[in-house]
Amino acid sequence: MEQIFKTQSPAETHALGRKMAGELRRGDCLALVGCLGAGKTVFVRGLAEGLGCDAGLVSSPTYVLVQEYPTRDGLSLFHIDVYRLSEPEAELADLGLEEMLEAGVVVIEWADRVQRALPRAYLRLSIDIDGEASRRFTLTNESA
Amino acid sequence: MTPRDGAILLGVESSCDEAACALVRDGREVLANAVASQIDLHTRYGGVVPEIASRAHVEQINAVIAEALRSAGVGPEDIFAVAVTHQPGLIGSLLVGLTAAKTLAWIWDAPLVGVNHVYAHAYAPALDGEPIDYPAVALVASGGHTALYRCKSPTDMTLLGTTIDDAAGEAFDKVASILQLGYPGGPAIDRAAKDGDPKAVNFPRTLLKGRSLDFSFSGIKTAVLYHVNGVPGVKYDHPRGLEHFSRREIRDVAASFQQAVVDVLATKIRRAVENTGAGTILLGGGVAANSALRAAAEALAKKLNCTLRCPPLKYCTDNAAMIAALGWHYLRAGRTADLHLAATATVRR
Repeated sequence: MEQIFKTQSPAETHALGRKMAGELRRGDCLALVGCLGAGKTVFVRGLAEGLGCDAGLVSSPTYVLVQEYPTRDGLSLFHIDVYRLSEPEAELADLGLEEMLEAGVVVIEWADRVQRALPRAYLRLSIDIDGEASRRFTLTNESA
Repeated sequence: MTPRDGAILLGVESSCDEAACALVRDGREVLANAVASQIDLHTRYGGVVPEIASRAHVEQINAVIAEALRSAGVGPEDIFAVAVTHQPGLIGSLLVGLTAAKTLAWIWDAPLVGVNHVYAHAYAPALDGEPIDYPAVALVASGGHTALYRCKSPTDMTLLGTTIDDAAGEAFDKVASILQLGYPGGPAIDRAAKDGDPKAVNFPRTLLKGRSLDFSFSGIKTAVLYHVNGVPGVKYDHPRGLEHFSRREIRDVAASFQQAVVDVLATKIRRAVENTGAGTILLGGGVAANSALRAAAEALAKKLNCTLRCPPLKYCTDNAAMIAALGWHYLRAGRTADLHLAATATVRR
């Protein structure tokens, strides 16, 4: 099934993230696909707030590869960015993806680079830039 | 515990990409500074050095510790205490250094000190230099961090502001990628910008609401992308894309981007100094190596009648000397850890 959401500003993208947080459970993997400037980190900030994480902890994980934000349910939101990995598919497992899925929700930026290393079932959210501030989000359920 | 005069601390750092070990005497004098990427491990120890940090660290950590001790001509009996980065960073990477440091502290029966990596960057200006005059305002800007602190002393730091999205160094890397200037982006942009016009393009200076001391560098990255490729959905009468930019135009974009980032950083430092009445400005982290930032901070310090302290270039990037140096102050303040010291990946910084 495919769901499409449109946002007209970073604030709306943030709100979409908050809303989508309610749909996520422990063990869920959300694969984000979208180019530079698509709004991936803004979306994750909304997601984190929706899960009751301390918004002050949220920032881009490009350099540190993984950020971990405790949620209000005593789980964690793991915020991964594979942009900087040179062999992302091999290296994603080394980061401990399986352990993270056991401990909470995982969201991965630049997930198209680790397609084959994703869990058997995951949610894919692709972001297309429609205009200067407008974005189109396509959510699909993927399973191998 | 008061470290005796001449006490040598061994520092271990493995929070992200670099495995490093250093020996520092009296909290400032660097006796050895071994960084894995700067040692030719491949030839000396053989084998493939994998990219992913935590696995690489396992293979490198013993080598950098041995290298630090060897190059300083120091033995285990000379080490007064062991300092180690325990937060923030990549958890698997942090654990490698933490485990090595705990092991050394245990077998040498030496005190163990846990150090925050970002705080240590703010103390790097003291390495191989004069003591820092406090109170100070510190800006730590690197690929992973952009944070502003009020420092009453090396061990008393309060976070004033931090990035809400991209780090400053990350913006440099991503813009260098957009402009195809190579990696690492910081030095590449700095070089290209030297011959560019910083006023050529008026990129946004995101200062956030009110007198906020937080940072946001995501917008300027997108602005550069749109400047190069065009705004999506907008029709242009001339073709867009990097291939239509001359080398001079690319240098102008690099210079204008750099100026916008430096303006934001300088504005926040100024606000922090005005708010706190600090007499010293400290720079740390990889972005502290940027020549335009150094020049702007120098001018600002003069205007505000402050002293500017920048680390030598080799202590701007990740290193263990800053860990050992700040660890010495923690030791003096009695802030030692035990062998249960935990690693924390993400903290407010």
